[in-house]
Amino acid sequence: MDARLERILPQVQKPARYTGGEYREVIKDRAEVDIRMAFCFPDTYEIGMSNLGLQILYGAINAQEGMWCERCFAPWGDMEEQMRREKLPLYALESGDPLTEFDALGFSLGYEMAYTSVLNMLDLAGIPVRSADRRSLTPLVFAGGTSCINPEPMADFLDLCAIGEGEELDVEILKLLRRAKKEGWDKPRFLQNAAKIPGVYVPSLYTPVYNGDGTLARVDAAQGAPEKVTKRIIEDLDRAFYPTHAIVPSTEIVHDRVVLELFRGCVRGCRFCQAGFAYRPVRRHSTQFLLEKARAALEDSGYEEITLSSLSTSDFKGLPELADGLLEWCEPRKISLSLPSLRADNFSMGLMERVQKVRKSGLTFAPEAGSQRLRDVINKNVTEEALLNSCRIAFEGGWNNLKLYFMLGLPTETDEDVTAIARLAEKVLHTWREYAVNKARGVRITVSTSMFVPKPHTPFEWEAQVSIDEYLRRVKLLRESITSKSITYNWHEPHVSLIEAALSRGDRRVGAVIERVWRSGGKLDSWTDYFSMERWLEAFSACGLDPGFYALRTRGEDELFPWDVIDVGVEKRYLARERGEAYAGRVTPDCRARCMGCGANRLLERRGCDE
Amino acid sequence: MNRILFAKEGRAVYISHLDLMRTMQRAFIRAGVKIRHTEGFNPHPYMNFALPLGLGMESRCELMEFSLIEPDGPEELPARLNAVLPEGIRVLRAYESDLKFKYIKWLDMEAHLFYYNEAHPAAAIETFFSAPALVIEKKTKRQTANVDIKPLIASLKAADAAKGEVLVSARIAAQDPGLSPPQLISALEQLDSALKPDFVRFKRLEVFDKDMAVFR
Repeated sequence: MDARLERILPQVQKPARYTGGEYREVIKDRAEVDIRMAFCFPDTYEIGMSNLGLQILYGAINAQEGMWCERCFAPWGDMEEQMRREKLPLYALESGDPLTEFDALGFSLGYEMAYTSVLNMLDLAGIPVRSADRRSLTPLVFAGGTSCINPEPMADFLDLCAIGEGEELDVEILKLLRRAKKEGWDKPRFLQNAAKIPGVYVPSLYTPVYNGDGTLARVDAAQGAPEKVTKRIIEDLDRAFYPTHAIVPSTEIVHDRVVLELFRGCVRGCRFCQAGFAYRPVRRHSTQFLLEKARAALEDSGYEEITLSSLSTSDFKGLPELADGLLEWCEPRKISLSLPSLRADNFSMGLMERVQKVRKSGLTFAPEAGSQRLRDVINKNVTEEALLNSCRIAFEGGWNNLKLYFMLGLPTETDEDVTAIARLAEKVLHTWREYAVNKARGVRITVSTSMFVPKPHTPFEWEAQVSIDEYLRRVKLLRESITSKSITYNWHEPHVSLIEAALSRGDRRVGAVIERVWRSGGKLDSWTDYFSMERWLEAFSACGLDPGFYALRTRGEDELFPWDVIDVGVEKRYLARERGEAYAGRVTPDCRARCMGCGANRLLERRGCDE
Repeated sequence: MNRILFAKEGRAVYISHLDLMRTMQRAFIRAGVKIRHTEGFNPHPYMNFALPLGLGMESRCELMEFSLIEPDGPEELPARLNAVLPEGIRVLRAYESDLKFKYIKWLDMEAHLFYYNEAHPAAAIETFFSAPALVIEKKTKRQTANVDIKPLIASLKAADAAKGEVLVSARIAAQDPGLSPPQLISALEQLDSALKPDFVRFKRLEVFDKDMAVFR
């Protein structure tokens, strides 16, 4: 171990985050490796190690001969301070080697508030943050992940973006890099060739041109670069890499259990949900495959808990068989099974009963909006009747702690819709009074609201976010409408949501704001410990930009968006149609009831959606 | 009761005591070794560690107690566990014993003291610890007390190991009352700041009963 690291570890909180050495960490012989990648996660170890994408890509890349993928996370403030004092550059956990020795740094961009940490990690490694300032071929700095479906705010910092699912794409990029190294290509030559790989977006090959009003006039693509970059997907999930030999952290992380991914995409089409559109088309694992992999992952890890993960787990077609098969195996081994994100409409009590025998602590439903009218607008196909029915079953089953999630500031929302949240919570409470089996224990109903953030590649990508003042007015209205002492109301701070909205629909000019925020000390912005609204507002203003232009402005119907260069499958004309349906208050049936032709099936070559 | 003697070295020294319990629990499952669970509302595997080791400290003499459900084949235990333990945790021996951990009285430790100004105060350190009494401040969660640690030191040697590096080897009281290796070295800082090292690396070597016989 580096002597500087040994000196500082006793002085930082939770040092096991910074050492590596966990079970199933991959160590390779440097002599047999010609491509070294660091998978960089711009958040803490506990968050990053809970990310299934990290475990998948780590395994998929390390399965390649001659390639060694290591991990690197953002240090917490105390560690960063010590590292800067000791002049210890940011290193990868497996080898302890500084990031400058790597051929490629692949950042996982899952959420916008991680952007400043990307810059901070590059700087901690002693690497220039701007792509243009990095002249040599390596280390190549690229990124993937959900946020890359609008790559523009980070365009100045990244050499390339891998759009879509990375299992195959990342390996193709690294293979090209291997060839480039061997043949002595310079960086421009490599990037020109990389742009030919389907799913690769090379920001430096595209030049945005703006109108006088700040909107985008056009984007000039350099010769050889595709007009649009189409998202990559894995068509047959059962044939892709599955992480049954995942790293088992030696210190506690956020999701400390086996995560079993059932399917990708979602059949529902909730109009506010970016993942619901961006991850289409729907593709599933076979039940048999999942049963085998679940057992293998549990046996290999020693975990005593497994959770089923997908956008809408209860929509998995083989769920009863899968749950039966898993429980049959898990119960005698005292392994617990949890089912997150259940929909309130097809909530199956029998299943819940069997799954959570001991813990009846909490149950969460997300109606998202209080009135049926607004739920129809956002296409959250849950009726009040269905929700109350699910609550009745839960209360009869002994639950007495229920959480309800809502968003404030959804398009077309009126005060009537806001107070409807309070009325709905009252009805849930009434249901408890009528059906609870153990009333003596009391009931706790928690209502939470967050501020709606319009996202790219959704039917609401044209929409304005409400202002912070307006959000707080609605919070006050709702708070005053809730009278029962059994109902608790929590609301999320709106400031981060405003910045998130500005970043998620930002253009390339926003990169300067991100850099300025970082230069004035910004990092780990998803943590209240570090987020500073003043810092962001100051940076926007210093860069001559207005966060309101990005967050609070209703876009023109025909406006060209910075993220239109990315084709995620679902077409813009379909999103526009869905937006029209939202304003008409009309719901769209789920994909299984009827295909509405969103366009995502174009990404499939051999099979149909959801097969 | 079944017991293992294991070492905790290298990067594993930064695994905290609480995390070590989780790590061991998972390793037993991975190895397919079934152990008894505690009774009660929230059963968990019964595992008892002797003298929880401080974070960052190396050890060659960690003891953990548990109860095998299928008592056949404990001799294969070290190999089976070592195949599935994280780097740095190594089972040296598996055996049976009913000696209670409370009979551990003394432990052997080493401390590597580093002086960045390249001092070599080994002789001075030995002299320092040969004083008839060494009263230091011991902080507990609730209060600070003055304690004479001299009776808690059975023996101590110091030798210059390299330029600016002194090796202190000592046998100190393990518990009731015990002296932790960092407390031992903190006496230098408290009573003679000239001898205060810039960095210390600790290692636990062996545990003993009241008669100075190796404890297992």
